Amino acid sequence: MVSSTNSVHTSARDSGNSGQSPLIVINNVHKSFGTNHVLRGFDLSLYPNENVVILGKSGSGKSVLIKCLVRLVNVDAGEVSVLGKSITDLEQKELDILRTEVGFLFQGSALYDSMTVRENLLFPLRRHPDRMRGQDPEMLVRNALKDVALEHTMDLMPAELSGGMKRRVALARTLILQPKIILYDEPTSGLDPMTANEIIQLMLKIQREHQTASLIITHDMDCARVISNRIIILYQGINYAEGTYDELSQSDDPIVRAFFKEVQKPDS
Amino acid sequence: MKNAVAQKVIEFLDQTGRLAHFAYRFFKQAFSRPFEFKEFLRQCFLIGYNSLLLVALTGFIMGVVLDMQVRPTLIDFGAVSYMPALVGISIVREIGPVVTALICSGKIGSSIGAELGSMKVTEQIDAMEVSGTNPFKYLVVTRIWATTLMLPLLVIFSDAIGLWGAYLVESTKGDVSMTLFFDKVFQNLYIGDIIPATGKCFFFGFAIGLVGCYKGYYSKKGTEGVGRAANSAVVVASILVFLIDFLAVLVADIFFEI
Repeated sequence: MVSSTNSVHTSARDSGNSGQSPLIVINNVHKSFGTNHVLRGFDLSLYPNENVVILGKSGSGKSVLIKCLVRLVNVDAGEVSVLGKSITDLEQKELDILRTEVGFLFQGSALYDSMTVRENLLFPLRRHPDRMRGQDPEMLVRNALKDVALEHTMDLMPAELSGGMKRRVALARTLILQPKIILYDEPTSGLDPMTANEIIQLMLKIQREHQTASLIITHDMDCARVISNRIIILYQGINYAEGTYDELSQSDDPIVRAFFKEVQKPDS
Repeated sequence: MKNAVAQKVIEFLDQTGRLAHFAYRFFKQAFSRPFEFKEFLRQCFLIGYNSLLLVALTGFIMGVVLDMQVRPTLIDFGAVSYMPALVGISIVREIGPVVTALICSGKIGSSIGAELGSMKVTEQIDAMEVSGTNPFKYLVVTRIWATTLMLPLLVIFSDAIGLWGAYLVESTKGDVSMTLFFDKVFQNLYIGDIIPATGKCFFFGFAIGLVGCYKGYYSKKGTEGVGRAANSAVVVASILVFLIDFLAVLVADIFFEI
């Protein structure tokens, strides 16, 4: 069994964020589904303006982990604190308010099929009028779509959009409530390299302009390289290794190397 | 074999308990703010207006077939003058509500099951939840309210079309005037026929909405689960329609001595 003591600590976290309190703290979290122990004592801290990438094999519990952060999945044991509030202890009303501070980009975009792009963006806004900050909701929708360069799609239905456009609209919907943290579940999966690159650039732009912190789950090593301040490898339910892209890419550990090596052509 | 039967019984009881809890959640949230009124109206339109043609067609065929099937027997007994009364009572009391409810179980139950099921598997319900919205209130409460209130209206519409179909047969084969036909129908319909028949339609609508939403909201296993949710919503809702009909007859018998 590999212990988390193998981890390499990033300088980005230790120096760049010293003195700042973390936005997310996950401490010794456990989660099982029947006999399948997905998380076995996972720890993580996310600091302001930081982009943390979580790498792991399929089925290793990455998506479960970020769902625990917004209580879409309840943890079995351990502590999850978001913006200083313990997520497990919150009443439904407090949880709903906290959720508006945390944006979530789903793997399949999760746009509401029966609504136009405009209605998709207005939906969260109408339910949280305090988030409009006295501004015209139509204007906020227009600005959010402008941020993702899709202003012209306002009256289209999600079925009329391409995969990349859907992802960008979903990002605009996430942004419209002006969250402090954004959770990305495989933001580039299923997209061609060019569109994936557009999404990555958009994520960086959003972080720069909106000063958000991001937790990104991805298999896309280009995405991890470009966007991450820090990478955590989730393996067998624990944070197996941790460091910057450069640090981890030079690791001798066979499990860590497996994530970074290029696919080899079989010998003929 | 014994184990398999026990397993099925446990599964049935488990599902019944979950459905009851789902109904409890509905009643807990059905009367509290915020009311998703716009979505409720949209659902009323989708469920009510969009079912009109189907309900009209089946209602018309129901009236025509009932009249044509019963007519020869009544002629044999020399009781053909009772035809409007017989058709009226049959359609209003039983055939209209049950046939319309079964048609709606198929059309509305399956569409709600499939819609919510696909929203579930594509994480749209999760997306609502993480945006701080109550998806149960927006998706489930509005749909159950809409089916509960629209089904009685659809049944009344279907009854009217069914009676008109029966009148067309009577006027063609028996040369009966419209005034005479409908006079005879309404002369023989009593409050004890109309109130239980309309009352049970609210329960039919509630059952169809509840089961459709339950099956869709908790669908699993990707696209296969969506199909399964739609299918089982129809089956369970249809069975519930018959069960409610059976209970309604027992209750009506106590209060109205039918």
